[in-house]
Amino acid sequence: MAEFVQQVVAGLGDGAIYASLALALVLIYRATHVINFAQGEMGMFSTYIAWALVANHGWSYWPAFVFTLGVSFLGGVGIHQGVIRPLQRAGELTVVMATIALLVILNGLASWIWQPDEKVLESPLTGGTWSIGSVAIPKQAVWDFLIVLVCVALLWLLFNYTKVGLALRSSAIDPAASRLLGVRVPWMLSIGWGFAAILSAVAGMLAASAQFVFTPAFMQVTIIYAFAAAVLGGIESPIGAVLGGLAIGVTINLLGTYFPGEISPDMRLPVALAILLLVLVLRPSGLLGRTIVRRV
Amino acid sequence: VSRWRFLQGGSGALIAAAAIAVLPFFIADTNEYRFAFVATYFIAALGLQILTGYAGLISLGQGGFMLVGAYVTAILTVDHGWRDLYTIPLAGLITGALGFLFGFPALRLRGVYLALATFAIPIALVALAKKYAGFTGGVGGKSLTRVLSGHTAYLTTWPIAGAMFLLAWLLLQGKLGRSFRTIRESEIAAVSSGINVALTKTLAFGISAFFAGVAGSLYAIIIGFVNPDTFGVQLSLLILIGVVVGGLGSLTGVVAGAIFVEYVPLYAPDILSWAEKPLGSPLDPKRAGAGAAVYGFILLIVLYAFPTGIAGLLRRAYKTVARSSYTH
Repeated sequence: MAEFVQQVVAGLGDGAIYASLALALVLIYRATHVINFAQGEMGMFSTYIAWALVANHGWSYWPAFVFTLGVSFLGGVGIHQGVIRPLQRAGELTVVMATIALLVILNGLASWIWQPDEKVLESPLTGGTWSIGSVAIPKQAVWDFLIVLVCVALLWLLFNYTKVGLALRSSAIDPAASRLLGVRVPWMLSIGWGFAAILSAVAGMLAASAQFVFTPAFMQVTIIYAFAAAVLGGIESPIGAVLGGLAIGVTINLLGTYFPGEISPDMRLPVALAILLLVLVLRPSGLLGRTIVRRV
Repeated sequence: VSRWRFLQGGSGALIAAAAIAVLPFFIADTNEYRFAFVATYFIAALGLQILTGYAGLISLGQGGFMLVGAYVTAILTVDHGWRDLYTIPLAGLITGALGFLFGFPALRLRGVYLALATFAIPIALVALAKKYAGFTGGVGGKSLTRVLSGHTAYLTTWPIAGAMFLLAWLLLQGKLGRSFRTIRESEIAAVSSGINVALTKTLAFGISAFFAGVAGSLYAIIIGFVNPDTFGVQLSLLILIGVVVGGLGSLTGVVAGAIFVEYVPLYAPDILSWAEKPLGSPLDPKRAGAGAAVYGFILLIVLYAFPTGIAGLLRRAYKTVARSSYTH
């Protein structure tokens, strides 16, 4: 039982990281109807910025964390304005390719600027456990979970209780009508990209500490879990993305613990995808997705 | 298809074929070897072109199917003493059957969901190839005995690539090709015209995987060594890049796309070095990652400049020439 609780908590910690990145994917999908393949690499790049501030410029962790979120927001806005918006009339596949190009660019730039060797992001969150009876709860997992929860809650408040949030939602749902009502739709979509960049930066920085060392490739597995999480929940459902991320984190941790022979660490990803495929066959729009009724 | 369009498309293909036939006389052995890889990408991308460009089904898994073809060839040659070239048809058929089977769960999905589901193909297959090491040689891979020179590799791959091109073209000329295009434009229209959508879609997956299997098999033969990690997500993305850069819906354009994915990453660092001389660069262009960053930028520029791919560019140029020759 103690092991079970421990693994669930560890799974929630991992799952929170997937959830954050999946939520970023959903935000972008709702804003611009693009699957952003570069989302993980955006988080990776943000993590390198935070690392450079801490390791090369002597900042302490939390100022670097917050500053990186700000830079990431601007980066996200810039990517939408500079890369995605000019392609809004191009075909769906062209935009997908542009995000793949972005993935290649960000990955190349990170190795180019900071070298591709392993780095360590010193974090006050790493290590230690809380003991509750016989259960040893890893502190890091709890912190990861709480930080992501706070981010999600702040975003939810922003989207639901502010004027900007209303404009953001209306731009995503009906750009034409929003424009007529005076909403500057392209900039609202850019802000959506900015928030997505913040979420992926959070995911990146937490994942870097959780994995102890990181390289420019460190988000490439995480992004696939995040894809799975977003699709599992339904690509248009923010709540679905968060729940999907947590579900995948917990499931994979439990399967890895109780079936160590069959589900060795490098089988975790294929198993997660197999579960995803099964869910999709039964519910083609994800667990919380709407089934779209198409007109003839 | 009007006779005019037919001639136009045919002449493009003939020019490309003639260029490929005389190319070995002009290039060095290393470049012939590279062009053999271009041929494998070309074959795999032809399959993906049929699936994505014609049937409208996006797949991010073509590289994963290449793994199956490569391992069929490697296992039959190394463990069962087959001649490597004889394994190619079987590699294609086995992979095609697997693609056909994958088509069934894929029937339920469309658009984004399908694209992300196909992502599972390379990831799952790479992991399985590593797990069942007794059968596949695991992470260490499997070495084929024959070592090919660049020239032999070129002469082995391109005739097969030419045959595969013809096969793709013939398939798309007939009823099946029309069914693919109808499904791409409107599934509802396809159903109401009596097309069996489920069968046609699964067939598209099967045919596309057949091409990937042949490509993978040739890849194994020319590289002489197979290893699961060669066939990861990156290879699948590479082939998709080849299709989009070549131009969606153009079989001949795929040649250009395949050359792009093989050669542009190779020369990207040099492009940076040229730019560095007059402009100066704060970063050393020879450092790791520089080439990749430039490659990404080039890809992005190509997407902006030619949203319909290289084939679209050539078609436009051709039209301009044709029009000016009439008005004079």
